[in-house]
Amino acid sequence: MGEGGFLNTTFRVEVFWHSGTDGRATELLSQMTHLGIQSVTDLAVINLYFLRGTLTTAEMDTLAQALLADPVVEGFRWDILSAEGETSGDAESASSHAIEVTFHPGVTDPVAGHLLHRAQLLGITTLEAATTGTRYVLSGDLAPDDLQRIAAELLCNPVIQSYTLGRLSPAFVPEAAPSSAVEIVPIRELDDVALAELSVARILFLSLPEMQAIRQEYRELDRDPTDVELETLAQTWSEHCLHKTFKAQINYRWEGGMARVLSVPQDALSPNGSEVIHSLIQTYLREVTDQLAKPWVRSAFVDNAGIIEFDDAFELSFKAETHNHPSALEPFGGANTGVGGVIRDVMGVSARPIANTDVLCFAPLDMPAERIPGGTLHPRRIARGVVAGVEDYGNKMGIPTVNGAILYDEDYVANPLVYCGCVGIAPTGTHRRNPRPDDYVVVLGGRTGRDGLHGATFSSAELTHETGTTVGSVVQIGDPITEKATLEAIIQARDEGLYTAITDCGAGGLSSAVGEMGEHVGVDVDLEHVPLKYPGLRPWEIWLSEAQERMVLAVPEANLGRLGEICRTYDVEWTAIGRFTGDARLHVRYGDKPVADLPMQFLHNGWPHCTLEAVWSPPELPLPSLPDTGLSRVRDMAPLLLRALAHPDVASKESVIRRYDHEVQGATVGKPIVGIVADGPSDAAVLKPLMTAGYRGLALGCGINPHYGRVDPYAMAWATIDEAMRNVVCVGADPDRVALLDNFCWGNPALPDRLGGLVRAAQGCHDAALAYGAPFISGKDSLNNEFVDAQGAKRTIPPTLLISSIAIVPDVRKTATMDLKAAGDALYLVGETRAELGGSLYHRLHNGLSGTPPAPVANALETFRALHRAIAAGKVRAVHDLSEGGLAVAASEMCIAGRMGMKLSLAGMVRADDVQDDATALFAESSARFLVEVAPEAASEFEFLLKGCPWAEIGTVSEQLTLEIKGIWNESVLEVPVLDLVQAWKHTEIV
Amino acid sequence: MTYPEVFILQATGTNRDPDTAYAIEAAGGRPRILHVNELRATPAELDRAQMLVLPGGFSYGDALGAGRLWATDLRWLFQDVLAAFIEAGKPVIGICNGFQALVKSGWLPGPPDGTARATLTRNLSNRFECRWVWLAPNAESPCVFTQGLTVPITCPVAHGEGRFVTRDDATLDELTSKGQVALSYIQADGGSPTYPDNPNGSIANIAGICNERGNVFGLMPHPEDHVRPIQSPRRSQSYQEGLTLTLFQRGIAFAAEV
Repeated sequence: MGEGGFLNTTFRVEVFWHSGTDGRATELLSQMTHLGIQSVTDLAVINLYFLRGTLTTAEMDTLAQALLADPVVEGFRWDILSAEGETSGDAESASSHAIEVTFHPGVTDPVAGHLLHRAQLLGITTLEAATTGTRYVLSGDLAPDDLQRIAAELLCNPVIQSYTLGRLSPAFVPEAAPSSAVEIVPIRELDDVALAELSVARILFLSLPEMQAIRQEYRELDRDPTDVELETLAQTWSEHCLHKTFKAQINYRWEGGMARVLSVPQDALSPNGSEVIHSLIQTYLREVTDQLAKPWVRSAFVDNAGIIEFDDAFELSFKAETHNHPSALEPFGGANTGVGGVIRDVMGVSARPIANTDVLCFAPLDMPAERIPGGTLHPRRIARGVVAGVEDYGNKMGIPTVNGAILYDEDYVANPLVYCGCVGIAPTGTHRRNPRPDDYVVVLGGRTGRDGLHGATFSSAELTHETGTTVGSVVQIGDPITEKATLEAIIQARDEGLYTAITDCGAGGLSSAVGEMGEHVGVDVDLEHVPLKYPGLRPWEIWLSEAQERMVLAVPEANLGRLGEICRTYDVEWTAIGRFTGDARLHVRYGDKPVADLPMQFLHNGWPHCTLEAVWSPPELPLPSLPDTGLSRVRDMAPLLLRALAHPDVASKESVIRRYDHEVQGATVGKPIVGIVADGPSDAAVLKPLMTAGYRGLALGCGINPHYGRVDPYAMAWATIDEAMRNVVCVGADPDRVALLDNFCWGNPALPDRLGGLVRAAQGCHDAALAYGAPFISGKDSLNNEFVDAQGAKRTIPPTLLISSIAIVPDVRKTATMDLKAAGDALYLVGETRAELGGSLYHRLHNGLSGTPPAPVANALETFRALHRAIAAGKVRAVHDLSEGGLAVAASEMCIAGRMGMKLSLAGMVRADDVQDDATALFAESSARFLVEVAPEAASEFEFLLKGCPWAEIGTVSEQLTLEIKGIWNESVLEVPVLDLVQAWKHTEIV
Repeated sequence: MTYPEVFILQATGTNRDPDTAYAIEAAGGRPRILHVNELRATPAELDRAQMLVLPGGFSYGDALGAGRLWATDLRWLFQDVLAAFIEAGKPVIGICNGFQALVKSGWLPGPPDGTARATLTRNLSNRFECRWVWLAPNAESPCVFTQGLTVPITCPVAHGEGRFVTRDDATLDELTSKGQVALSYIQADGGSPTYPDNPNGSIANIAGICNERGNVFGLMPHPEDHVRPIQSPRRSQSYQEGLTLTLFQRGIAFAAEV
């Protein structure tokens, strides 16, 4: 070695744990047993760093000691890679095997970036590049096949990583020259067949009529499009960005099923008929908001998020998104960037995020391997990755994740659902949305790379068994700290009034963000100014990249300097890439070279509206195989109740909830888990932001039930809205101050049966939201959630509607929780129980779905108002809503949360005539019902406040730690120790 | 009554700075959130502060280990001003990520002599965990934030790398004998904890430690998130005790005297 150290060398550093048990290894070993591989006796997890540069031995030691290894618990060793990139051979033996995993070059790796920066701080200026990896050393008698499986099914995802058995050769991002290459795509002369082929070959996912419209436009322009223009059109017209299905004309027929209930309780529409619907979103969603005309709705369906009034000084914004297809391919990255994306939606209305929500749908974790289609990841791996992705982004952003749900169904196997929601707060009136001519287009935050190309178009298509390999670049890993820094800079810029408009870079990247912001003004952008992660991107790639953590602002020239100062303080990169013009055209250049020139009118309104066919008729559904009780009306319900509690849809989600920071920001006054030992499932979260005055708060809840959707999407929508409402009412929210978000996840809308169900769900949303007086403020649809397997067979998800609710809690000191509080208290069942078991947990536990789903409840809003008054008056000790599993599960959860017993007698419960057996009484899932604990001294006032509503006192909180229930015929049907309930409920694998 | 000026040092990725500012104000201090880059421009500005807080969060994304890179800021950018501040006896508190940074830069258990005597590493559960914990103060500790405190306090933890370990047993014995273990995890009923009452597997149930002099203190739990009774999960049982606001009140009262 000379004085200058090793010249242009690549060093390999291993950092190993030397302090007893390594939790990472323990966890991986247990996951290997899930793969059916029991022969691994020991595992070491070693962090790898590859450093390239001219470095001395002393400098390498400094880097390792100061930055890479924690000397108290870790050791390190480093050596030099030979010119071929390989170090001396690995010390392999028959019983010791190494697997090494690294990210593909170009995948976001913040650690590498920090290393370069920190080396400078330490005075080491000759470190040129860094990458990272992980080495796993497995002991045990393992066949090569086992090693391959462990690598491929547990340690590495080929979409973003590669692995080597033995030592890997690090791959640095290759050097490349800047590129201004633009392709002219001849389209004017293509026939229809060739047009369709072009759409497929370029991953445009445009329909033939759309391709024809483009061909016509360019024939009139008398030229062919550039690749930039064609990609811009495909992105802007994608289902993901344009929501064509929700805006299309639909010829809809329906044959049977529950009649629509137009305004409770009078009119109902015929069970058969046909109609032409012009735009689902206008007819069924916006129409509700328009008709209700609530003065506290500040922005609905217009901005990146819906906005409502909080108090005199602040507004709340709320948005929920899905990130399903990316999560199917790369669960961590997909969920991670899903959370990051919806947070940016809230930043895009100039708000500070104060809460995240997440609702996840997976296949059952114990689904047998032979039923899992080729080309899809195992549900256990998807669930684990998704939860880790949500955790990583929300926790690092410092946003509490306070509400959510996890559901399981085999039809999510190839297409999991990942709903991410975000709530923001902003001083009233500080959001600005009018860019002016001459304002600069400023891109702020992360750099642009090749990540996420075609995300908008890809998410609008069906997945296939090959999607992972053909569009791997759509999946990204997030960098939450870059987004956090960007957030701080934007809030400061907002408070100083530095921008005239703001939006986020989401699907479609700059093309979508700049294109939409400039829609009414016109804009001129120079792509050469866009800061890149690495050189070599072609103009269309820069323009369409969906690289994360970027925001676009319109900034007057006078404010650029101050914006720059703010960005320097917060470590945020910012660049002016163009200006708004006033000519209503989209000009994109690369330096002096024009690469796109489109009239905004054609870009945003030139797409051919389509007409779709839809039909709905009640589906054939499996009958439950219910036990034959013979002549006896009564049977012991305890075993069934324990099975219900252990069902993964019902079982405790505590292990996931605790991985999300739900306390950061100090506002979580109503926790997601409550009770004497903080393990009871809260109905909804309550927040009291630190920055607001007084005791006014907000509640967040949700409703979701795809099983009702299989029976009848119309009923599902009613039941789901009811659930989202009653959840927030339980924690003290005012039912007259609830706003809703709709998120539809559906199959392929080109198939009339899928679209028929979607129409019915939209109709249900309309009719229910009007009845409950709850406006929609934002919504989003994710269609084409279907998977086409290698044999060409299609598999759709169940129709899945998520309704998220945000509501005002007038006084957070006057709320309630669901845990039992005191022996001797009275228990009231509020609401009417009907024989509604279609899609119920009870039927699913008996392998069936058919039956009557929960029907609309005429006086639900009146019941909610009465209960709210009782809670606000302090007359309610505990309250829990009845949902999946009905009364039996709700009562059990209250016992579990309070570690107290109950004695119930169902003889007096309010029930419809069709409830003639105890199973129905206990497990029916009728809407608008609550189980309420009331202190004896408050009973008469409670009853007075509930006057006119259906209610019955059905029992008491008991001294004994037992749940005892007498059925509707006054005979004992169930007697279970509360600790058995706890045992059943808390030991199901959920992730 | 004076209102001591309290600097909250923000790094890119810290996120409980607003919670901390709220707690400081509630405890009678004047909070000022200052970014590392701002302090870097004028390090002497630190002289104006009477107390310093390193808040929780994920500084620099916890790349290369929690608090690791923030610790290099402290060591390479602010060594002199920080040494002067601490030498003057002014109080410093590091919470969660701030605690990690103080430990990894050597200020805790201190003094920073270039050797690593303790660290905060991955929780034994290998999981990030958010839960409320109970904390017992050590009456023998010189810690200015806990001195005179006799009853347990309660607040949430929210971390993945909070397991306190020492290099060797001798270090632990020394910390114990000098009263540097200022706060320990306990059971709600006062008993000796196991998981999850000790949420991360820290040796000797250590939740927070101070330097020998007692003016530099770090802890994994988040006292800034229990400064009002409504923040407690136990308000439904009408328990109102255990506010961790008291730590800030003591620190600020001490700062006013320095």
